Amino acid sequence: MLGRSLQILFFCLIVKPVLLIILGVRVKGHENLPEDGPAILIANHNSHLDTLVLMNMYSLKNLRKLRPVAAADYFMKTPFRAWLSTNVINIIPIARKGARTSDPLEPIYDALDNNQIVIFYPEGTRGEPEKIADFKRGISILAEKYPDVPVAPILTFGLGKALPKGDPVIVPFFVDVIVDKPCKFKDCKTDDFSEFLEQKLKSLKQGQYFADYIEENPLVDA
Amino acid sequence: MDNLLTDPVWLGMFGVYAVLGTATASILLLKGRLQDKDFSELVARTKTWGYIILMATIVLALGTKAAIIAIGFISFLALKEYFTLVPTRKVDRRVLLWAYLCVPIQYYWVYIGWYGLFIVFIPVYALLFIAFRLILAGETSGYIKAVGTMHWGLMLTVFNLSHLAFLLVMPTTVELPAGGGGLLFYVLFLTQFNDVAQYFWGKLFGKHRVTEISPGKSWEGLIGGICTTTILAIVLAPFYTPFTWPFAMAAGALIASVGFIGDVTISAVKRDLGTKDSGSLLPGHGGVLDRLDSLTLAAPLFLHFTRFFFGA
Repeated sequence: MLGRSLQILFFCLIVKPVLLIILGVRVKGHENLPEDGPAILIANHNSHLDTLVLMNMYSLKNLRKLRPVAAADYFMKTPFRAWLSTNVINIIPIARKGARTSDPLEPIYDALDNNQIVIFYPEGTRGEPEKIADFKRGISILAEKYPDVPVAPILTFGLGKALPKGDPVIVPFFVDVIVDKPCKFKDCKTDDFSEFLEQKLKSLKQGQYFADYIEENPLVDA
Repeated sequence: MDNLLTDPVWLGMFGVYAVLGTATASILLLKGRLQDKDFSELVARTKTWGYIILMATIVLALGTKAAIIAIGFISFLALKEYFTLVPTRKVDRRVLLWAYLCVPIQYYWVYIGWYGLFIVFIPVYALLFIAFRLILAGETSGYIKAVGTMHWGLMLTVFNLSHLAFLLVMPTTVELPAGGGGLLFYVLFLTQFNDVAQYFWGKLFGKHRVTEISPGKSWEGLIGGICTTTILAIVLAPFYTPFTWPFAMAAGALIASVGFIGDVTISAVKRDLGTKDSGSLLPGHGGVLDRLDSLTLAAPLFLHFTRFFFGA
């Protein structure tokens, strides 16, 4: 209960003011968001703000349903970070590396079985600002096990500029979010679901204007 | 707390509400008659106008301090939209933060009424600082473009728009009929009216294109707009400004013609980048810059016109 109250406070006092005033989030396709679990939201990952932006699309009442999948080696590193991640943000910590005795995705299965909405980053890491890296296998494994669960691809742009990996200072930018219609594994005639989702996510960029970074040294490239 | 809603401004706002009401009624009427046409864009546009006007009323009622803060916040939104729109380099990220810092500083000069710093801070000091800070960033490739785009954005969205706020505190040799708030209302109303007037004249009689940048803009629309705005400027001048009719005529023509230039300037930016709207904050209008484009140039020119003849 304490965790839930703190989460609502955290969103009202910190997340919402930052996202509304300092950044400004513009959402397209809000109606495509799955309202109830079990469901999986997949998105490109460039910033810590990604998770907060995705969560903030839901009402305060539904916040607790959301379970962002996060790397245990990073988010459980210090006691404070671990407490904040598990209690306030309500993450599912996942072991990224090391010897595995059991299925590392096990905690995600539990969340889906409990009708929660899982936020999953198929790239596995934040990577370069505003670049979409290749999807890892994880999302395929998850979807094959839960072929009936809707998977909603979500493209975000601008968060990697506002708060990239390795720089703790937020710089104001407007941020765009495009939510695509959810798809289920059982309805997709593909043997590579990861690749399918990756193409779907990248196709959301088509017809949109996004100001990419200028390449560092165009003369050398040419 | 000083209420900027003096009697003339109140009446003016009342007139604006009347126009908005009439527009809403005619849209509803047309919508009922032409079932097959799509009015969603027009409805969204009018609705957004409603919110803008309502917020303007509240801010004017709260007084000079609130109005300066509100215009400062609008500058921040416009600058943020500009920085989101233009391509930047990775090394410019922190420098952008310094550029944002210019917003509160510039509006502080307005607040304390220090004209000397208000007028040189961004053209001289911000330019110097950004140019130097970008050198410290250490990336020479793309340096000229970075300084240019960053400073030009500051000029348009912060320096130029802050002139709107300075109208509220500018000392004058003659007593203003409706205070600084009257001048602000006058320039805002005429600029926005001019946008609409040019659009209507263009729709009705537009044939000869002014520029390739904006295919929708015609000489007919431009000249029709300038004439209507000038007439309105003369009619409204005695209530809001110290202008006699020749001054009002010049002010009206000035606002209308530079309003047009501001409009096509932002169009050129969007065309260059390959996007239709500058943003999506204002449903039916596009972004903040889409709405403020004509004001970015009309505001400073109107202030300096007034100040040249009536400034103390």
